[in-house]
Amino acid sequence: MGTTAVMERPAPGGMAKTRRRRVMGLGTLLAVLVAAAALSLAVGARALSPAEVWHGLFGAPTSDQRLTEIRLIVETVRVPRTVLAIVAGIALGVGGALIQGFTRNPIADTGLLGVNTGASFAVVSVIAVFGFSDPFQYVWFAFLGAAVAGVVVFGLASIGRGAGNPLTLALAGQGITVFLMAMTTAVALSNQASLNALRFWNAGSVAGVGFDVIWPVTAFIAVGLVLALTTLPSLNLLNLGDDVARGLGVNIALSRTVGITAITLLAGAATAACGPIAFLGLMVAHVARHLTGPDYRWLVPCAGLLGAVVLLVCDIIGRLVVRPGELDAGVVVALLGAPFFAVLVWRGKFRSA
Amino acid sequence: MNVTEVKPTLPPGVRLGRVSFFWRPWLVGVSLLLAAAAFLVFCVSIGVGDFPIGLPQVIRTLIGRGEQVDEFVIMDLRMPRALAGLVVGIALGVSGAITQSIARNPLASPDVLGITTGASAVAVFLVTVSGGAAAAVTDTVGLSAAALAGGLGTGLLVYFLAWRRGIDGFRLILIGISVSAVMEAITTWLLVTADIRDVAQAQAWLVGSLDDRSWDEVQVALWGTLVLLVVVAAVAFQFKPMHFGDDVAAGLGVRYAAVRAVLLLCAVLLAGVAVSAAGPVPFVALVAPQVAMRLARCPTPPMLASGLVGALLLIGSDLVARAVLPVSLPVGVVTAAIGGPFLVYLLVRANLR
Repeated sequence: MGTTAVMERPAPGGMAKTRRRRVMGLGTLLAVLVAAAALSLAVGARALSPAEVWHGLFGAPTSDQRLTEIRLIVETVRVPRTVLAIVAGIALGVGGALIQGFTRNPIADTGLLGVNTGASFAVVSVIAVFGFSDPFQYVWFAFLGAAVAGVVVFGLASIGRGAGNPLTLALAGQGITVFLMAMTTAVALSNQASLNALRFWNAGSVAGVGFDVIWPVTAFIAVGLVLALTTLPSLNLLNLGDDVARGLGVNIALSRTVGITAITLLAGAATAACGPIAFLGLMVAHVARHLTGPDYRWLVPCAGLLGAVVLLVCDIIGRLVVRPGELDAGVVVALLGAPFFAVLVWRGKFRSA
Repeated sequence: MNVTEVKPTLPPGVRLGRVSFFWRPWLVGVSLLLAAAAFLVFCVSIGVGDFPIGLPQVIRTLIGRGEQVDEFVIMDLRMPRALAGLVVGIALGVSGAITQSIARNPLASPDVLGITTGASAVAVFLVTVSGGAAAAVTDTVGLSAAALAGGLGTGLLVYFLAWRRGIDGFRLILIGISVSAVMEAITTWLLVTADIRDVAQAQAWLVGSLDDRSWDEVQVALWGTLVLLVVVAAVAFQFKPMHFGDDVAAGLGVRYAAVRAVLLLCAVLLAGVAVSAAGPVPFVALVAPQVAMRLARCPTPPMLASGLVGALLLIGSDLVARAVLPVSLPVGVVTAAIGGPFLVYLLVRANLR
């Protein structure tokens, strides 16, 4: 991703072939995502047939006890978690690709700007201070904590001559993350209610959140996505180095500000709704780069779709492995995704550039 | 990809027979100052407690000319803890400097090489799972030893998983992040399913602590660190040219594959030694090299100075935790709370210049 990124393997057959491969790849991912979404509606503690899912989605109200029950399951449990998995997956995938681009660091993850620890700190704090017990009460505090952390990190990295340069940004993010982690632990160790909430919060999950939370979260993520898409052309140039980008007419400060705002919105909103889901953004950014090449205009949409597919599939798997209980999607992403990713790394699929 | 932005400004060189090195007066001066500061804080730390001992008496006792009662309090009660802090700090600082230098990435740290997370997963398992094999292990080998075995096992697993026709810094870090993600997911899940009373104990262990260190534990760490530092010192001279990249290093006749493999193995083992003495103290290895680099005005993390910063950070935090803070907090929380902001301060100050 550094200055060598543009030197990546030219595809045999030139640009037309590359473009065809990218379009095919995105199309395939989209098809997989639709299939996974359908599966997500049918699978769970109670397996449903396609006809039953159809009725649950579009059926008219009936007096039939069984059908009413099915409608209830589909409408109040499966549809929300499916939508959230897709939305949060897209947000974390796009966020992961962007943070690696803007920090020029291939081991940056969506938590780097402090959004995960900012959210965690907010959660343990409001529980310690106000004694909230219901997750719905602290979703917005979590989002606020994430956003404040992101703003503080970017502000600190932009002081003076910094202008949010990649290295300063990464290290400032790391420093603030460290500090917030310490504060979170300090609060949790002195308050048992906080500690109890923190352990459940840390296992990122897409379940148990209603549309009253999902819609506003989706709105924030939509804004983040629009901002993200506007930065992609300049992000390509930024990765040629600041001097080259400046010479080609990129407004570096503006581009970075918009980019970091997008990352904060995307990762912050996803984290507020699900809790911290680590590793997903880092992983799909690398896989997407391998699939599309270094052009961020293709890499970022691909990372978003991959993020949605991985999070959704992991949520489905989590519902199946320890029935009647469930494994949280965030835990499954790490348990299954990480070994898969490690194999790809070992086989030399990813270059450091 | 080169994110550390090496600027090969060349200070005057010195040649003594076969050994040659750069003469960096600033680095030497800063290292001496750091060593003096670390020694001073070490002595103050030994003097602080329920039975206060003045600084002159502490130094007199250390050179073997103190009162008998002072000697007992210092040598038998306080020395193990202070020495543990010193050794852990040095081990983590040097380990971090090696990892960041070889990966040429300031976000690379032993924290993501699997040692810390592996040790944590084993410890949390033993704390939260009652009865059966877990109890047997805890009773026979003890929690610390079992955690250390888990950490070293994970660290070596990462090392050998990343081995493919030699070891490569970037591949090692990516594999390390993957394996760490799995271990963290296991830890998270264990905490979710555990009894809340065990969670507090596990959480306290997870941030590292210097409480109740015995001479035996400290001695193992002390000798282990000494031996590893000798090995690092022996190969570090070979390592210098590697900052210019593999090709230049090869051109200069460095057998860089071998040097890199030995140094990275030392980094893994040093992190393991630190875990054996204090548990998984987070972030010291990440923050100390970056702070040392900026204090000493070096283009890459200086190994000795990084170790000294680590020692100063750990002993100082332990002192603050025992003497200043109203509530008792594990040393790992304090190191993070001090180290993170200090790194950010250095970044901001550099940008304002």
